[in-house]
Amino acid sequence: MSDLRELYQEVILDHSKHPKNYHKIENASHQAEGFNPLCGDHFNLYLKVKEGLIEDVSFEGAGCAISKASASIMTSIVKGKTIAEATKIFKKFHEYVTGKVDQSFDIDSLGKLAVFSGVTEFPVRVKCATLAWHTLMNALENKIGIVTTE
Amino acid sequence: MSVEVNTKESVKTSIDVESIRRDFPILESKIKGNPLIYLDNAATTQKPKVVIERMNEYYFAQNSNVHRGVHTLSEIATNAYEDAREKIKTLINAADSKEIIFTRGTTESINLVANSYGRMVVKEGDEIIISIMEHHSNIVPWQILAEEKKAKLRIIPINDNGELLIDEFEKLLNEKTKFVSVVHISNSLGTINPIKKIIDISHNHGVPILIDGAQGIMHTAVDVQELDCDFYVFSGHKLYGPTGIGVLYGKSNLLNTMPPYQGGGDMIRSVTFEKTTYNDIPNKFEAGTPNIAGAVGLGTAIGYILKIGINNIAEYENELLKYATDVLSSIKELKIIGTAKEKASIISFVLENIHPHDIGTVLDYEGIAIRTGHHCTQPLMHRFNVPATARASLAFYNTKSEIDAISEGIKKVIKVFN
Repeated sequence: MSDLRELYQEVILDHSKHPKNYHKIENASHQAEGFNPLCGDHFNLYLKVKEGLIEDVSFEGAGCAISKASASIMTSIVKGKTIAEATKIFKKFHEYVTGKVDQSFDIDSLGKLAVFSGVTEFPVRVKCATLAWHTLMNALENKIGIVTTE
Repeated sequence: MSVEVNTKESVKTSIDVESIRRDFPILESKIKGNPLIYLDNAATTQKPKVVIERMNEYYFAQNSNVHRGVHTLSEIATNAYEDAREKIKTLINAADSKEIIFTRGTTESINLVANSYGRMVVKEGDEIIISIMEHHSNIVPWQILAEEKKAKLRIIPINDNGELLIDEFEKLLNEKTKFVSVVHISNSLGTINPIKKIIDISHNHGVPILIDGAQGIMHTAVDVQELDCDFYVFSGHKLYGPTGIGVLYGKSNLLNTMPPYQGGGDMIRSVTFEKTTYNDIPNKFEAGTPNIAGAVGLGTAIGYILKIGINNIAEYENELLKYATDVLSSIKELKIIGTAKEKASIISFVLENIHPHDIGTVLDYEGIAIRTGHHCTQPLMHRFNVPATARASLAFYNTKSEIDAISEGIKKVIKVFN
């Protein structure tokens, strides 16, 4: 059970049950849809961006606990950040969960995202943890269409 | 199938599950420290020792190419390969072993029919009927054909229990209908479709029909002559045989008129640069060196199944299904998706506010293997308005105590997430 508790940390369970920024933004400046065919996770992401600053961000949809918690935590992290800052955080997080960092990596530097450390032991669940972030990047790049993790 | 004993009393004693479990070495495995409880049989079944040993024997002592050499080994390999074809003929009671084509699996069998027969008969404006509960492998090949020919796919709907609406099917048939392709047993819902009735209705309208038996062949006795279906397809690996081998049964009069699906060795009679004459069935549809060891393994699996008796297996699995349905229904947060009157031992379910993938991960920690996701039936998931389900699919080596274990596991899931 110990690994399981590491995957489903209390923070993750809390966010999945009571997600932050879980609503639709009317008149969003950016919007994207994220889809994970493996789990059937499916989210819509809404953003209000002004002069490179993410003023507001929200999401709606259905997914597993990991993907929902990740979307919730992501929205609370990037709100008020610039696009450049958000992109930097995503890259760091992505490198960490996909195992592209070495032993010297300081996990605390991930801040709130450190709760996803358990995901690194579950390769099939990495997609759940990164779906919201991929969707964010897509929305910011203003690509049309659906992001899938496949 | 004279080996079967059909009285109800003897059925209960005819499956000695403890002895059967000893035939499957993998069932002794441990997963994350717990004994494996394998409830993902609709994805693939485990293989009995006799199958694994027979395939080893083939590669250790009999490996050679078929239908070619005059040497002894080639003759042994050819005999083993053709003997497997005979066993399949017996299993489904085909009129002739020439009507048994080896393929890679159900998917390739359907693609073969869509490409060969479908392309031959479907023209612009024509219609092909499938159902809403089809696996993607019985949707996409017809969709590709329909796009190419500018034909139309028509879909048989279901009721909320997951049963096909036969009256609606009859209404869909018309003079434009060129083909019907329907699943025998739904991989997501467990529904056993009334295929005899569906076949008769199609034939009354002069339309040929394919039955996707991927989930049918291991749960129930199939007699293609009695059914009178034009095509019946299935995979070896869901029938306790190896992966990479499957079967297309087709009536010889249809197979004879169909153009080849692939060109190559073995499917020809003579080749010149001006003209190639094709071989007779079944070779016409078996271009290239086939999966010989796979066919031999499948033949052994069928021998194993016939010895136990498919009706005995069905009786035992029905008993398991009834038990599992009762036990799981008693969990109030759990909802079973697929409640048809006629069901095979497949139970799809959802838990309120808990995603199936999370269910699967927690159960894995208990050593319990189930499938979670859309089961390659996305249109069906939309029909029931769920993104995915968790699915426990039972085989004749599963036990009531394993069902108790998944029930306890599900209660743990609910505790973690609620």
